[in-house]
Amino acid sequence: MSRLSSRHLLGLEGTSRQDIEAILETADTFREVLDRTIKKVPTLRGITVVNLFYEPSTRTRISFELAEKRLSADTVSFSPSTSSVKKGESLRDTLQNIEAMKIDMVVVRHSSPGVPYFLTRFSDANIINAGDGAHEHPTQALLDMHTIYKKYGKLDGLRVVLIGDAAHSRVLRSNIWGLKTMGASVAICGPATLLPYEVEKFGCDIYTNLDEALDGADVVNVMRIQLERQHAGLFPSQREYTRLFGVNKDRLKRLRRNYTIMHPGPINRGVEITSDVADGAKSVILDQVTNGQAVRMAVLYLLRGRDDEGGVS
Amino acid sequence: MTSKKYDLVIQNGRVIDSALGFGRDAHVFIKDGKIAMIEADSAPIRQEMRSLDDEQIVDATGKLVVPGLVDIHVHLREPGREDEETVESGCRAAAAGGFTSICCMPNTTPRIDNQETVEFVQDRARNAAARVYVVGAITKGLEGKELAEIGDLVQMGAVAISDDGYYVRNAEMMRRALEYARMFDIPVMQHSEDQQLSEGGIMNESFESTRLGLRGSPSVAEEVAVLRDIALCRMTGGRLHIQHITTRGAVQAVRQAKKEGVKVTAEATPHHMVLSDTEIGKEFNTNLRVNPPLRTETDRVAVIEGLVDGTIDCIASDHAPHSAEEKDCEFDQAPPGMIGLETTLGLIKTHLIDKGYLSWADAIRKMTVNPARILNLPVGTLEAGTVADITIIDPEKKWTVKANKFHSRSSNSPYIGRRLTCQVFKTILGGKVVYER
Ligand SMILES: [Zn+2]
Ligand SMILES: [Zn+2]
Repeated sequence: MSRLSSRHLLGLEGTSRQDIEAILETADTFREVLDRTIKKVPTLRGITVVNLFYEPSTRTRISFELAEKRLSADTVSFSPSTSSVKKGESLRDTLQNIEAMKIDMVVVRHSSPGVPYFLTRFSDANIINAGDGAHEHPTQALLDMHTIYKKYGKLDGLRVVLIGDAAHSRVLRSNIWGLKTMGASVAICGPATLLPYEVEKFGCDIYTNLDEALDGADVVNVMRIQLERQHAGLFPSQREYTRLFGVNKDRLKRLRRNYTIMHPGPINRGVEITSDVADGAKSVILDQVTNGQAVRMAVLYLLRGRDDEGGVS
Repeated sequence: MTSKKYDLVIQNGRVIDSALGFGRDAHVFIKDGKIAMIEADSAPIRQEMRSLDDEQIVDATGKLVVPGLVDIHVHLREPGREDEETVESGCRAAAAGGFTSICCMPNTTPRIDNQETVEFVQDRARNAAARVYVVGAITKGLEGKELAEIGDLVQMGAVAISDDGYYVRNAEMMRRALEYARMFDIPVMQHSEDQQLSEGGIMNESFESTRLGLRGSPSVAEEVAVLRDIALCRMTGGRLHIQHITTRGAVQAVRQAKKEGVKVTAEATPHHMVLSDTEIGKEFNTNLRVNPPLRTETDRVAVIEGLVDGTIDCIASDHAPHSAEEKDCEFDQAPPGMIGLETTLGLIKTHLIDKGYLSWADAIRKMTVNPARILNLPVGTLEAGTVADITIIDPEKKWTVKANKFHSRSSNSPYIGRRLTCQVFKTILGGKVVYER
C-alpha cells in the first residue's frame, strides 16, 4: 500500500534518495493545499491515526494533528498525563490496547531510542517516528530539507552547518542521514563535551570553533541548547556558551550573501541565537513550521493515503 | 546395595582432561560417586566390561567425555526473585548446559553477606542438579561501606567474595578486602566499573551509541577500575579476579600485570566474545543490554586474543535471568543481563573452536581446571579419586536455540533462533546422570 519502500517511517538512516525525493515532491503539492481557502483533502478518509506522545512536544504534536485532520483522517491523541502509563501499564500493553481498537497509523514520540521500532513488533499499523530520545526525528529533518530545497532548488553540493548540542539532538542525526543521502555536505559544531563519541564517523566535518565552522556555509541550522546540560557539567555557564557558540550578527558577517538561518525550535533567545538573527531576513524559522505541515501530510499520504476519492492532484 | 565393582562405565568416548593433559579415546570407570580409573581399550578392559549390566554402561562413541564444566559467575536470583530463577531451576539449566559446578553471586535480596544466607542457598542446593558454591559479599549489603564478615562467610563455605553488580568504589576499602581475603586464600572478584564514568550508560560508548542516541558507558570506566585494582593487588599481595573483562585496554593491563607476577586472574563471557555493539541497532533487542555492555569489534577480538594467550583464565557465563515482563520494554528501561548457562558450550564451539581460536583441550581448560583452581574447588578434573562430575558432549550436533526449551525460569537470551553446533549429551554429577538428551 505504501508508496515508499517501507511501511513505516522510523528514521532517515537507510532511507533511500528515492523515498526522500518522493516525500519532498509530495510535500510541494501539499504546500499548495495549505494556501487554499479550504485546507482539506479526503486522502485519509476512514483512516484512524493515533498520536502517541509519551514526551511532551506541543509543536510537533499539533503539526501532526493538523496534518492528519487536513487529510481527513480520524485522529486521537494520547499523552501519558491522561493515560494508564502512570498506573504502571507497559508500553507494549498500551499499544496492544490501542491496536485492539482498530487503528491504522501511529505517530509516536518517546524519550527512549528504538521505541518506534519496538512498536512495529506488536502492531500492524504504519508507524511514524516523531522523535525517539536522542536517536531520530525524521519528519523534522525532512521539513528542514524541504525548506532548504525551496530556497535553493537543490540540496546537492550545499554546505549545512549544525550548531549546538550534538550529543542529545535527534534533529542532528536525522539531518545528517538525510542531507548526506541528498548530496549535501554537513558540518557539526559545538563544545567538545556536547559532541558525541566518534561523531566524526558520521562522515561530517567537526568543529569546536564556530567561526571556522561557519566559513563557507550555505545553511546555518542552530540547535536548541538545554540548560540542564550546564548542571550536568557539560559546559561551565550559559554565558560562556553564548560567547563561544552563540550565533549573532557579527559572526555571520563573514558568510556569503545567500545564506539561511534555521532553528527547529523552541528557541532560547539570546542563548544559542540572538533575536535579530532569529527574526532577521535570512531566517526561515517560520517557513520551517509551515513546511512541517506539508511534509507530515506527505509522509502520511505516502504511507497510507488513497487517490480514489480525489487525492491531492 | 549390591557390591558392584563399578557403578557406571562411560565407554568409547574421547576423554579430554586438561588438568591431566589427557586427550584420547578411553573408558571412564565410576565407583561410589568417584572416578575409579580411566583406561584405554584393551583385551582385559573389554573382559572387565563384559561383566557389566547394560544400565551400567554409557556408550559415548563419537562423543567427548570431559570433567563437569565449572562456571564461576552465575546469578541464581534466590532469595528474592524466584520468579526469574531459583537455585533448583538454575542448577537444572546448569546441568542442561554441561555445568556441574556453579558459583552464585551475592546480589540477591537479601544479599548473601552473612552466614544465614550462605546456608540458605546451600540448603536449597542440597539435592539440585549441580554443585553450588556460594560467593559471599565483599561489603555489607554490597554497599561498599564496611567489610562483610568475610571470615564467617568463608567458614560457612563461601569460596570467594564479590560485590558483583557494584564496583568497590572506595580504594581503601578494596585494599583492605584484598588484605583480609588473603588470610583465607580466596580471591576478591571485582565487577570492574568506575560507576561515575559509566553513570547512565545504556550501551558501550562508541560510534554505535552516538548513532543510536543511547547514552554510552565508556570502556575507560572498566580500564580505570582494572588498573587501580591491579595496583592494589600488587601492593597487598592479595588475589584479584577480574569478572567479565571486556575491553582491549583491560585485557592489556591484565596481561602486563601477569608478566610482573601480580596475582590477578580474569574471566570473559561468551557474549563479549561473540557479539559486539553493532548488534544493538538492528532491532533494539533488550536481551542485548548487558553490563558490562557489548563492546566494539576491536574489544571483542582483544578479549578472544586474551583468552587464547592465557591472559584470561576462564570462561564464565554471567548467567543473569530476567523476567519477560522486565525485558519486554523500551531498550533503555530494560534491566541489564542475559542468561547463558545453556548456550555457553554451543557458542564456544561454534564461535571459538570452529573458527580456530581454541582447541577442545584449551576450551575445556578454560571451563574446568582453570576456574576450579581460581576458587580452590575440588573439581574440574577426571583424576582417579575425585568426584565423578562428568560432561559428555556431542560436538557436532546442530541445534537451534529456542525460548521454550530453556530449563532456566527465564528466557532472556539474544541467541533465540540461532543455529549452534555442539550440545550436551549427558551430565553426570557425583556418578549420577542428572541430565540427558
Ligand atoms: Zn558484574
Ligand atoms: Zn554478574
